[in-house]
Amino acid sequence: MIYQPGVEVAVEKASAPRHIAIVRITHWIVVLSVVGLFASGIRILESHPRLYWGETGSVGTESLIDLPIPFIIGPSVWNRPTHFFFAWILVLAGLTYVAGGFVTHHFRHDLLPAKTDLRWNRIAGAVSEHLRWKRRSANAASTYNVVQRLTYLAVVFAVFPGILWTGLAMSFGVTSVFPILATAVGGHQSARTLHFVFVTLLLLFLLVHVLMIWLAGFWSNVRAMITGYIPQGGKAR
Amino acid sequence: MSRNLTRRTFITAGLTTAASASGLGAAVYFADRYGLIPPDHAGILGIGETLTYATQRLLTSGHSLAREFKRSDISKIAPVNGPHPIDEKYRAFLADGFKDWRLSIEGLVARPVSFSLEELKRLSAESHILLHACEEGWSYIAEWTGVRLATVLGLVETRPESRYVVFEPFANPNQSGRVVRVLWDSIDMADAFHPQTLLAYGMNGEDLPLDHGAPVRLRLGRHLGYKNTKYLSRIVLTDRRDYYRKGRGTWYGGI
Repeated sequence: MIYQPGVEVAVEKASAPRHIAIVRITHWIVVLSVVGLFASGIRILESHPRLYWGETGSVGTESLIDLPIPFIIGPSVWNRPTHFFFAWILVLAGLTYVAGGFVTHHFRHDLLPAKTDLRWNRIAGAVSEHLRWKRRSANAASTYNVVQRLTYLAVVFAVFPGILWTGLAMSFGVTSVFPILATAVGGHQSARTLHFVFVTLLLLFLLVHVLMIWLAGFWSNVRAMITGYIPQGGKAR
Repeated sequence: MSRNLTRRTFITAGLTTAASASGLGAAVYFADRYGLIPPDHAGILGIGETLTYATQRLLTSGHSLAREFKRSDISKIAPVNGPHPIDEKYRAFLADGFKDWRLSIEGLVARPVSFSLEELKRLSAESHILLHACEEGWSYIAEWTGVRLATVLGLVETRPESRYVVFEPFANPNQSGRVVRVLWDSIDMADAFHPQTLLAYGMNGEDLPLDHGAPVRLRLGRHLGYKNTKYLSRIVLTDRRDYYRKGRGTWYGGI
Protein backbone atom coordinates (compact mmCIF):
# COMPACT_ATOMS: atom_id res chain seq x y z
CA MET A 1 0.00 0.00 0.00
CA ILE A 2 1.29 3.42 -0.93
CA TYR A 3 1.59 5.89 1.92
CA GLN A 4 -0.41 9.04 1.14
CA PRO A 5 0.23 11.86 3.60
CA GLY A 6 -2.74 14.02 4.40
CA VAL A 7 -5.32 11.38 3.68
CA GLU A 8 -6.74 10.26 7.02
CA VAL A 9 -8.19 6.95 5.87
CA ALA A 10 -5.04 5.94 4.07
CA VAL A 11 -2.95 6.68 7.16
CA GLU A 12 -5.16 4.44 9.27
CA LYS A 13 -5.09 1.65 6.70
CA ALA A 14 -1.35 1.99 6.21
CA SER A 15 -0.78 0.65 9.72
CA ALA A 16 -0.70 -3.12 10.07
CA PRO A 17 -4.14 -4.60 10.78
CA ARG A 18 -4.93 -5.98 14.24
CA HIS A 19 -5.86 -9.31 12.63
CA ILE A 20 -4.73 -10.40 9.16
CA ALA A 21 -7.38 -11.46 6.64
CA ILE A 22 -6.79 -15.22 6.90
CA VAL A 23 -7.21 -15.09 10.68
CA ARG A 24 -10.41 -13.02 10.40
CA ILE A 25 -12.04 -15.18 7.73
CA THR A 26 -11.18 -18.56 9.25
CA HIS A 27 -12.09 -17.29 12.74
CA TRP A 28 -15.72 -16.73 11.76
CA ILE A 29 -15.97 -19.95 9.76
CA VAL A 30 -14.66 -21.82 12.81
CA VAL A 31 -17.23 -20.00 15.01
CA LEU A 32 -20.03 -21.13 12.67
CA SER A 33 -18.81 -24.74 12.53
CA VAL A 34 -18.25 -24.98 16.30
CA VAL A 35 -21.83 -23.79 16.91
CA GLY A 36 -23.13 -26.42 14.44
CA LEU A 37 -20.89 -29.12 15.90
CA PHE A 38 -21.92 -28.36 19.46
CA ALA A 39 -25.64 -28.25 18.61
CA SER A 40 -25.51 -31.59 16.77
CA GLY A 41 -22.96 -33.15 19.14
CA ILE A 42 -25.07 -32.56 22.24
CA ARG A 43 -28.00 -34.26 20.45
CA ILE A 44 -25.81 -37.30 19.69
CA LEU A 45 -24.62 -37.41 23.32
CA GLU A 46 -28.24 -37.18 24.56
CA SER A 47 -29.05 -40.55 23.02
CA HIS A 48 -26.56 -42.21 25.38
CA PRO A 49 -25.35 -39.78 28.09
CA ARG A 50 -22.94 -42.21 29.74
CA LEU A 51 -19.18 -42.30 29.23
CA TYR A 52 -16.91 -45.33 29.54
CA TRP A 53 -13.23 -46.29 29.43
CA GLY A 54 -11.77 -48.99 27.17
CA GLU A 55 -13.30 -50.52 24.05
CA THR A 56 -16.81 -51.37 25.23
CA GLY A 57 -19.59 -49.95 27.35
CA SER A 58 -23.36 -50.05 27.48
CA VAL A 59 -26.29 -49.91 29.86
CA GLY A 60 -25.59 -52.71 32.34
CA THR A 61 -21.82 -52.20 32.37
CA GLU A 62 -19.79 -49.96 34.62
CA SER A 63 -19.56 -46.36 33.44
CA LEU A 64 -16.94 -43.69 34.06
CA ILE A 65 -19.33 -40.72 34.07
CA ASP A 66 -23.13 -40.66 34.12
CA LEU A 67 -24.14 -37.25 32.78
CA PRO A 68 -27.13 -35.78 34.58
CA ILE A 69 -29.31 -35.61 31.45
CA PRO A 70 -32.06 -38.03 30.41
CA PHE A 71 -31.68 -40.60 27.63
CA ILE A 72 -33.42 -39.40 24.44
CA ILE A 73 -34.47 -42.60 22.69
CA GLY A 74 -34.86 -42.51 18.91
CA PRO A 75 -32.81 -39.37 18.21
CA SER A 76 -33.12 -37.50 14.91
CA VAL A 77 -31.30 -39.30 12.11
CA TRP A 78 -29.91 -35.95 10.96
CA ASN A 79 -27.72 -35.36 14.04
CA ARG A 80 -24.80 -37.38 12.73
CA PRO A 81 -24.74 -36.07 9.12
CA THR A 82 -25.10 -32.53 10.51
CA HIS A 83 -22.17 -33.19 12.84
CA PHE A 84 -19.96 -34.48 10.00
CA PHE A 85 -21.00 -31.63 7.68
CA PHE A 86 -19.80 -29.03 10.20
CA ALA A 87 -16.77 -31.20 11.04
CA TRP A 88 -15.65 -30.93 7.41
CA ILE A 89 -16.06 -27.14 7.51
CA LEU A 90 -14.03 -27.01 10.74
CA VAL A 91 -11.27 -29.23 9.36
CA LEU A 92 -10.97 -27.31 6.08
CA ALA A 93 -11.06 -23.90 7.80
CA GLY A 94 -8.66 -25.14 10.48
CA LEU A 95 -6.15 -26.46 7.94
CA THR A 96 -6.40 -23.19 5.99
CA TYR A 97 -5.77 -21.22 9.19
CA VAL A 98 -2.79 -23.35 10.27
CA ALA A 99 -1.22 -23.33 6.79
CA GLY A 100 -1.85 -19.56 6.49
CA GLY A 101 -0.58 -19.04 10.03
CA PHE A 102 2.79 -20.54 9.14
CA VAL A 103 3.07 -18.83 5.74
CA THR A 104 2.26 -15.36 7.13
CA HIS A 105 4.35 -15.94 10.32
CA HIS A 106 1.16 -15.32 12.31
CA PHE A 107 2.12 -17.95 14.87
CA ARG A 108 5.66 -16.63 15.29
CA HIS A 109 4.68 -12.96 15.44
CA ASP A 110 1.36 -13.03 17.26
CA LEU A 111 1.22 -16.22 19.32
CA LEU A 112 4.70 -17.57 20.12
CA PRO A 113 5.66 -16.08 23.50
CA ALA A 114 9.01 -14.35 23.86
CA LYS A 115 11.56 -16.47 25.75
CA THR A 116 11.81 -13.78 28.40
CA ASP A 117 8.06 -14.03 29.00
CA LEU A 118 8.21 -17.77 29.71
CA ARG A 119 9.00 -17.30 33.38
CA TRP A 120 6.60 -18.05 36.19
CA ASN A 121 6.67 -14.48 37.54
CA ARG A 122 5.76 -13.11 34.10
CA ILE A 123 2.95 -15.60 33.67
CA ALA A 124 1.73 -14.98 37.21
CA GLY A 125 1.89 -11.23 36.54
CA ALA A 126 -0.26 -11.56 33.45
CA VAL A 127 -2.76 -13.74 35.29
CA SER A 128 -3.00 -11.31 38.18
CA GLU A 129 -3.48 -8.44 35.72
CA HIS A 130 -6.41 -10.35 34.25
CA LEU A 131 -7.86 -11.12 37.66
CA ARG A 132 -7.64 -7.50 38.83
CA TRP A 133 -9.22 -6.33 35.54
CA LYS A 134 -6.23 -4.04 35.14
CA ARG A 135 -6.50 -1.95 31.99
CA ARG A 136 -3.53 -2.24 29.75
CA SER A 137 -1.91 0.59 27.88
CA ALA A 138 -3.02 1.05 24.28
CA ASN A 139 0.43 -0.10 23.21
CA ALA A 140 0.33 -3.31 25.23
CA ALA A 141 -3.26 -3.99 24.16
CA SER A 142 -2.27 -4.16 20.52
CA THR A 143 -0.45 -7.41 21.20
CA TYR A 144 -1.22 -10.57 23.19
CA ASN A 145 0.29 -11.14 26.62
CA VAL A 146 2.02 -14.41 27.52
CA VAL A 147 -1.09 -16.08 28.99
CA GLN A 148 -3.19 -15.24 25.92
CA ARG A 149 -0.44 -16.52 23.62
CA LEU A 150 -0.09 -19.84 25.47
CA THR A 151 -3.86 -20.29 25.62
CA TYR A 152 -4.41 -19.65 21.91
CA LEU A 153 -1.51 -21.98 21.02
CA ALA A 154 -2.97 -24.71 23.25
CA VAL A 155 -6.41 -24.34 21.66
CA VAL A 156 -5.00 -24.43 18.11
CA PHE A 157 -2.38 -27.16 18.58
CA ALA A 158 -3.80 -29.32 21.41
CA VAL A 159 -7.55 -28.92 21.96
CA PHE A 160 -8.74 -28.87 18.33
CA PRO A 161 -6.34 -31.67 17.23
CA GLY A 162 -7.49 -33.66 20.29
CA ILE A 163 -11.13 -33.27 19.26
CA LEU A 164 -10.30 -34.31 15.69
CA TRP A 165 -8.15 -37.27 16.76
CA THR A 166 -10.73 -38.70 19.17
CA GLY A 167 -13.53 -38.08 16.64
CA LEU A 168 -11.68 -40.01 13.93
CA ALA A 169 -10.81 -42.75 16.46
CA MET A 170 -14.55 -43.54 16.70
CA SER A 171 -14.81 -44.24 12.94
CA PHE A 172 -14.46 -47.91 12.00
CA GLY A 173 -13.38 -46.98 8.48
CA VAL A 174 -10.59 -44.73 9.78
CA THR A 175 -9.35 -47.15 12.47
CA SER A 176 -9.21 -49.97 9.89
CA VAL A 177 -6.40 -47.93 8.27
CA PHE A 178 -4.99 -46.23 11.40
CA PRO A 179 -5.84 -48.53 14.35
CA ILE A 180 -3.37 -46.61 16.52
CA LEU A 181 -5.81 -43.67 16.66
CA ALA A 182 -8.06 -45.83 18.87
CA THR A 183 -5.51 -48.07 20.61
CA ALA A 184 -3.24 -45.18 21.65
CA VAL A 185 -6.03 -43.56 23.67
CA GLY A 186 -7.24 -46.79 25.27
CA GLY A 187 -10.00 -47.86 22.87
CA HIS A 188 -13.24 -46.88 21.17
CA GLN A 189 -15.08 -45.80 24.34
CA SER A 190 -12.00 -44.01 25.73
CA ALA A 191 -11.88 -42.01 22.48
CA ARG A 192 -15.55 -41.10 22.91
CA THR A 193 -14.92 -40.01 26.52
CA LEU A 194 -11.83 -37.98 25.56
CA HIS A 195 -13.80 -36.36 22.70
CA PHE A 196 -16.15 -35.10 25.42
CA VAL A 197 -13.23 -34.00 27.66
CA PHE A 198 -11.58 -32.01 24.84
CA VAL A 199 -14.92 -30.38 23.96
CA THR A 200 -15.34 -29.41 27.62
CA LEU A 201 -11.89 -27.76 27.52
CA LEU A 202 -12.92 -25.91 24.35
CA LEU A 203 -16.13 -24.72 26.02
CA LEU A 204 -14.17 -23.49 29.06
CA PHE A 205 -11.88 -21.56 26.72
CA LEU A 206 -14.87 -20.09 24.84
CA LEU A 207 -16.47 -19.00 28.11
CA VAL A 208 -13.34 -17.12 29.22
CA HIS A 209 -12.66 -15.86 25.67
CA VAL A 210 -16.12 -14.30 25.27
CA LEU A 211 -16.09 -12.94 28.86
CA MET A 212 -12.72 -11.25 28.27
CA ILE A 213 -13.93 -9.76 25.00
CA TRP A 214 -17.05 -8.51 26.71
CA LEU A 215 -14.97 -6.81 29.41
CA ALA A 216 -12.54 -5.32 26.89
CA GLY A 217 -15.32 -3.88 24.73
CA PHE A 218 -17.40 -6.37 22.82
CA TRP A 219 -18.20 -4.47 19.63
CA SER A 220 -14.78 -2.93 19.10
CA ASN A 221 -13.22 -6.39 19.35
CA VAL A 222 -15.82 -7.97 17.09
CA ARG A 223 -15.26 -5.14 14.61
CA ALA A 224 -11.51 -5.74 14.77
CA MET A 225 -12.05 -9.42 13.99
CA ILE A 226 -14.30 -8.51 11.02
CA THR A 227 -12.56 -5.48 9.48
CA GLY A 228 -9.10 -6.02 10.93
CA TYR A 229 -8.97 -2.59 12.57
CA ILE A 230 -9.77 -1.42 16.08
CA PRO A 231 -11.99 1.67 16.32
CA GLN A 232 -10.32 4.61 18.12
CA GLY A 233 -10.16 4.13 21.87
CA GLY A 234 -10.99 0.41 21.65
CA LYS A 235 -8.94 -2.30 23.23
CA ALA A 236 -8.13 -5.66 21.78
CA ARG A 237 -8.15 -9.15 23.17
CA MET B 1 -5.66 1.74 -6.88
CA SER B 2 -4.68 2.05 -10.53
CA ARG B 3 -6.77 0.88 -13.51
CA ASN B 4 -4.14 -1.70 -14.49
CA LEU B 5 -4.45 -3.38 -11.14
CA THR B 6 -8.23 -3.39 -11.36
CA ARG B 7 -8.13 -5.01 -14.78
CA ARG B 8 -5.54 -7.52 -13.65
CA THR B 9 -7.61 -8.32 -10.58
CA PHE B 10 -10.67 -8.74 -12.79
CA ILE B 11 -8.90 -11.09 -15.21
CA THR B 12 -7.30 -13.09 -12.37
CA ALA B 13 -10.65 -13.43 -10.62
CA GLY B 14 -12.31 -14.55 -13.86
CA LEU B 15 -9.61 -17.11 -14.61
CA THR B 16 -9.68 -18.38 -11.04
CA THR B 17 -13.46 -18.81 -11.18
CA ALA B 18 -13.27 -20.60 -14.55
CA ALA B 19 -10.44 -22.85 -13.32
CA SER B 20 -12.30 -23.64 -10.08
CA ALA B 21 -15.52 -24.45 -11.95
CA SER B 22 -13.83 -26.74 -14.46
CA GLY B 23 -11.68 -28.25 -11.69
CA LEU B 24 -14.80 -29.00 -9.65
CA GLY B 25 -16.50 -30.45 -12.74
CA ALA B 26 -13.52 -32.72 -13.46
CA ALA B 27 -13.33 -33.75 -9.79
CA VAL B 28 -17.03 -34.72 -9.78
CA TYR B 29 -16.60 -36.63 -13.08
CA PHE B 30 -13.63 -38.66 -11.81
CA ALA B 31 -15.13 -39.14 -8.34
CA ASP B 32 -18.23 -40.64 -9.93
CA ARG B 33 -16.19 -42.80 -12.30
CA TYR B 34 -14.17 -44.27 -9.44
CA GLY B 35 -17.24 -44.85 -7.26
CA LEU B 36 -16.53 -42.09 -4.74
CA ILE B 37 -20.02 -40.55 -4.73
CA PRO B 38 -22.54 -42.07 -2.30
CA PRO B 39 -26.18 -42.49 -3.36
CA ASP B 40 -27.36 -39.95 -0.76
CA HIS B 41 -25.11 -37.15 -2.05
CA ALA B 42 -27.98 -34.70 -2.56
CA GLY B 43 -28.66 -31.65 -0.40
CA ILE B 44 -26.47 -29.59 1.91
CA LEU B 45 -25.69 -32.50 4.25
CA GLY B 46 -24.92 -34.62 1.17
CA ILE B 47 -21.77 -32.51 0.71
CA GLY B 48 -20.40 -33.78 4.03
CA GLU B 49 -21.56 -37.34 3.26
CA THR B 50 -19.81 -37.25 -0.10
CA LEU B 51 -16.56 -35.87 1.36
CA THR B 52 -16.61 -38.51 4.11
CA TYR B 53 -17.42 -41.38 1.76
CA ALA B 54 -14.90 -40.34 -0.93
CA THR B 55 -12.12 -39.79 1.64
CA GLN B 56 -12.76 -43.08 3.40
CA ARG B 57 -13.06 -45.01 0.13
CA LEU B 58 -9.69 -43.59 -1.00
CA LEU B 59 -8.16 -44.36 2.42
CA THR B 60 -9.59 -47.88 2.69
CA SER B 61 -9.15 -48.85 -0.97
CA GLY B 62 -6.91 -51.82 -0.11
CA HIS B 63 -9.55 -53.76 1.87
CA SER B 64 -8.23 -52.44 5.16
CA LEU B 65 -9.30 -54.68 8.04
CA ALA B 66 -11.29 -53.61 11.07
CA ARG B 67 -9.58 -54.32 14.38
CA GLU B 68 -10.01 -57.89 15.65
CA PHE B 69 -10.02 -58.84 19.31
CA LYS B 70 -9.18 -61.78 21.56
CA ARG B 71 -11.73 -64.28 22.81
CA SER B 72 -11.16 -62.96 26.34
CA ASP B 73 -12.29 -59.50 25.15
CA ILE B 74 -15.83 -60.73 24.33
CA SER B 75 -18.42 -58.66 26.25
CA LYS B 76 -20.82 -60.27 28.71
CA ILE B 77 -23.58 -57.86 27.68
CA ALA B 78 -24.54 -57.40 24.01
CA PRO B 79 -27.42 -54.90 23.86
CA VAL B 80 -29.77 -54.63 20.88
CA ASN B 81 -32.08 -52.01 19.40
CA GLY B 82 -35.19 -52.68 17.42
CA PRO B 83 -38.05 -55.13 17.76
CA HIS B 84 -38.37 -58.68 16.50
CA PRO B 85 -40.07 -59.16 13.11
CA ILE B 86 -43.84 -59.57 13.39
CA ASP B 87 -44.17 -61.02 9.90
CA GLU B 88 -46.37 -64.18 9.86
CA LYS B 89 -43.97 -66.12 7.65
CA TYR B 90 -41.06 -65.24 9.92
CA ARG B 91 -42.98 -66.40 13.01
CA ALA B 92 -43.61 -69.74 11.28
CA PHE B 93 -39.91 -70.12 10.34
CA LEU B 94 -38.87 -69.28 13.90
CA ALA B 95 -41.29 -71.82 15.36
CA ASP B 96 -39.70 -74.75 13.50
CA GLY B 97 -36.08 -73.69 13.83
CA PHE B 98 -35.78 -72.07 10.36
CA LYS B 99 -35.94 -75.45 8.56
CA ASP B 100 -38.01 -73.97 5.71
CA TRP B 101 -36.32 -70.55 5.72
CA ARG B 102 -34.46 -69.65 2.51
CA LEU B 103 -32.28 -66.69 1.62
CA SER B 104 -32.71 -65.74 -2.02
CA ILE B 105 -30.02 -63.85 -3.91
CA GLU B 106 -31.28 -62.20 -7.07
CA GLY B 107 -31.01 -59.11 -9.26
CA LEU B 108 -27.88 -58.52 -11.32
CA VAL B 109 -26.50 -62.06 -10.98
CA ALA B 110 -25.80 -64.74 -13.59
CA ARG B 111 -27.41 -67.51 -11.49
CA PRO B 112 -30.02 -66.50 -8.91
CA VAL B 113 -29.88 -68.94 -6.00
CA SER B 114 -31.77 -69.41 -2.77
CA PHE B 115 -29.94 -70.98 0.16
CA SER B 116 -31.35 -72.86 3.10
CA LEU B 117 -29.67 -72.34 6.48
CA GLU B 118 -28.03 -75.80 6.17
CA GLU B 119 -26.69 -74.95 2.70
CA LEU B 120 -25.17 -71.70 3.99
CA LYS B 121 -23.55 -73.56 6.88
CA ARG B 122 -22.02 -76.08 4.45
CA LEU B 123 -20.08 -73.27 2.73
CA SER B 124 -16.66 -72.41 4.15
CA ALA B 125 -17.24 -70.83 7.55
CA GLU B 126 -15.12 -68.29 9.37
CA SER B 127 -15.26 -66.36 12.63
CA HIS B 128 -14.30 -62.78 13.47
CA ILE B 129 -14.17 -61.13 16.89
CA LEU B 130 -15.22 -57.55 16.25
CA LEU B 131 -16.31 -54.38 18.01
CA HIS B 132 -19.97 -53.59 17.45
CA ALA B 133 -20.92 -49.96 18.10
CA CYS B 134 -24.28 -48.23 17.91
CA GLU B 135 -24.60 -44.71 16.54
CA GLU B 136 -26.06 -43.85 19.97
CA GLY B 137 -22.65 -44.43 21.56
CA TRP B 138 -22.61 -47.84 23.24
CA SER B 139 -20.47 -50.75 22.09
CA TYR B 140 -19.67 -54.41 22.74
CA ILE B 141 -17.27 -57.08 21.44
CA ALA B 142 -18.61 -60.37 20.07
CA GLU B 143 -17.51 -63.29 17.91
CA TRP B 144 -19.48 -63.72 14.70
CA THR B 145 -19.50 -66.92 12.64
CA GLY B 146 -20.76 -67.22 9.09
CA VAL B 147 -19.92 -67.37 5.43
CA ARG B 148 -18.17 -64.53 3.62
CA LEU B 149 -20.61 -62.57 1.48
CA ALA B 150 -17.87 -62.63 -1.19
CA THR B 151 -18.09 -66.47 -1.28
CA VAL B 152 -21.85 -66.37 -1.84
CA LEU B 153 -21.57 -63.59 -4.44
CA GLY B 154 -18.96 -65.72 -6.24
CA LEU B 155 -21.44 -68.62 -6.45
CA VAL B 156 -24.22 -66.49 -7.95
CA GLU B 157 -21.76 -64.57 -10.18
CA THR B 158 -22.50 -60.88 -9.84
CA ARG B 159 -22.73 -58.94 -13.08
CA PRO B 160 -20.07 -56.25 -13.55
CA GLU B 161 -22.64 -53.43 -13.65
CA SER B 162 -23.70 -54.15 -10.02
CA ARG B 163 -23.32 -51.10 -7.80
CA TYR B 164 -25.05 -51.99 -4.55
CA VAL B 165 -26.04 -55.11 -2.63
CA VAL B 166 -29.47 -54.62 -1.05
CA PHE B 167 -30.39 -56.51 2.14
CA GLU B 168 -34.07 -57.05 2.86
CA PRO B 169 -35.13 -58.24 6.31
CA PHE B 170 -38.50 -59.61 7.37
CA ALA B 171 -41.13 -57.02 8.25
CA ASN B 172 -40.69 -54.90 11.35
CA PRO B 173 -42.92 -52.45 13.14
CA ASN B 174 -41.76 -48.86 12.59
CA GLN B 175 -40.94 -46.33 15.33
CA SER B 176 -44.57 -45.76 16.29
CA GLY B 177 -44.93 -49.52 16.64
CA ARG B 178 -48.02 -49.68 14.41
CA VAL B 179 -47.44 -49.58 10.68
CA VAL B 180 -45.61 -52.61 9.40
CA ARG B 181 -43.06 -52.03 6.71
CA VAL B 182 -39.81 -53.55 5.58
CA LEU B 183 -36.74 -51.45 6.34
CA TRP B 184 -33.98 -52.42 4.02
CA ASP B 185 -30.44 -51.18 3.47
CA SER B 186 -27.57 -51.61 1.06
CA ILE B 187 -23.77 -51.58 0.86
CA ASP B 188 -21.41 -50.83 -2.01
CA MET B 189 -19.34 -53.49 -3.81
CA ALA B 190 -16.17 -52.58 -1.86
CA ASP B 191 -17.89 -53.57 1.38
CA ALA B 192 -19.67 -56.52 -0.25
CA PHE B 193 -16.35 -58.18 -1.21
CA HIS B 194 -14.56 -57.12 2.00
CA PRO B 195 -13.01 -60.13 3.83
CA GLN B 196 -14.78 -59.25 7.12
CA THR B 197 -18.24 -58.98 5.55
CA LEU B 198 -20.15 -62.05 6.73
CA LEU B 199 -23.59 -63.53 6.40
CA ALA B 200 -23.48 -64.45 10.08
CA TYR B 201 -25.50 -67.34 11.51
CA GLY B 202 -23.52 -67.75 14.72
CA MET B 203 -22.66 -65.47 17.64
CA ASN B 204 -20.22 -66.27 20.47
CA GLY B 205 -20.15 -69.96 19.51
CA GLU B 206 -23.94 -70.45 19.37
CA ASP B 207 -26.72 -70.06 16.81
CA LEU B 208 -27.51 -66.39 16.13
CA PRO B 209 -30.03 -65.41 18.84
CA LEU B 210 -33.46 -63.98 17.97
CA ASP B 211 -32.48 -60.58 19.43
CA HIS B 212 -29.45 -60.41 17.15
CA GLY B 213 -31.24 -61.24 13.89
CA ALA B 214 -31.83 -65.00 13.63
CA PRO B 215 -31.33 -66.94 11.50
CA VAL B 216 -28.88 -64.83 9.45
CA ARG B 217 -27.75 -61.21 9.63
CA LEU B 218 -25.24 -59.12 7.78
CA ARG B 219 -22.04 -58.43 9.75
CA LEU B 220 -19.71 -55.69 8.47
CA GLY B 221 -16.29 -54.95 9.93
CA ARG B 222 -16.10 -51.26 9.06
CA HIS B 223 -19.58 -49.95 9.86
CA LEU B 224 -21.78 -48.91 12.74
CA GLY B 225 -24.39 -51.27 14.15
CA TYR B 226 -27.37 -50.03 12.15
CA LYS B 227 -25.77 -51.06 8.83
CA ASN B 228 -25.71 -54.73 9.91
CA THR B 229 -29.18 -55.72 8.69
CA LYS B 230 -30.82 -58.45 10.81
CA TYR B 231 -33.45 -61.13 9.99
CA LEU B 232 -32.43 -61.43 6.33
CA SER B 233 -34.93 -62.73 3.81
CA ARG B 234 -33.64 -61.53 0.44
CA ILE B 235 -30.47 -60.09 -1.12
CA VAL B 236 -30.70 -58.12 -4.37
CA LEU B 237 -27.86 -56.84 -6.55
CA THR B 238 -28.66 -53.61 -8.32
CA ASP B 239 -27.22 -50.77 -10.34
CA ARG B 240 -30.06 -48.42 -9.44
CA ARG B 241 -28.87 -45.38 -7.53
CA ASP B 242 -32.34 -44.56 -6.17
CA TYR B 243 -32.68 -48.04 -4.66
CA TYR B 244 -30.30 -48.02 -1.76
CA ARG B 245 -32.11 -47.58 1.52
CA LYS B 246 -35.46 -47.38 3.19
CA GLY B 247 -35.36 -46.56 6.83
CA ARG B 248 -33.59 -44.53 9.44
CA GLY B 249 -30.28 -42.74 9.13
CA THR B 250 -27.91 -41.95 6.33
CA TRP B 251 -26.57 -44.53 3.91
CA TYR B 252 -22.90 -44.25 4.86
CA GLY B 253 -23.23 -42.00 7.89
CA GLY B 254 -19.54 -41.26 8.33
CA ILE B 255 -19.29 -44.66 10.06
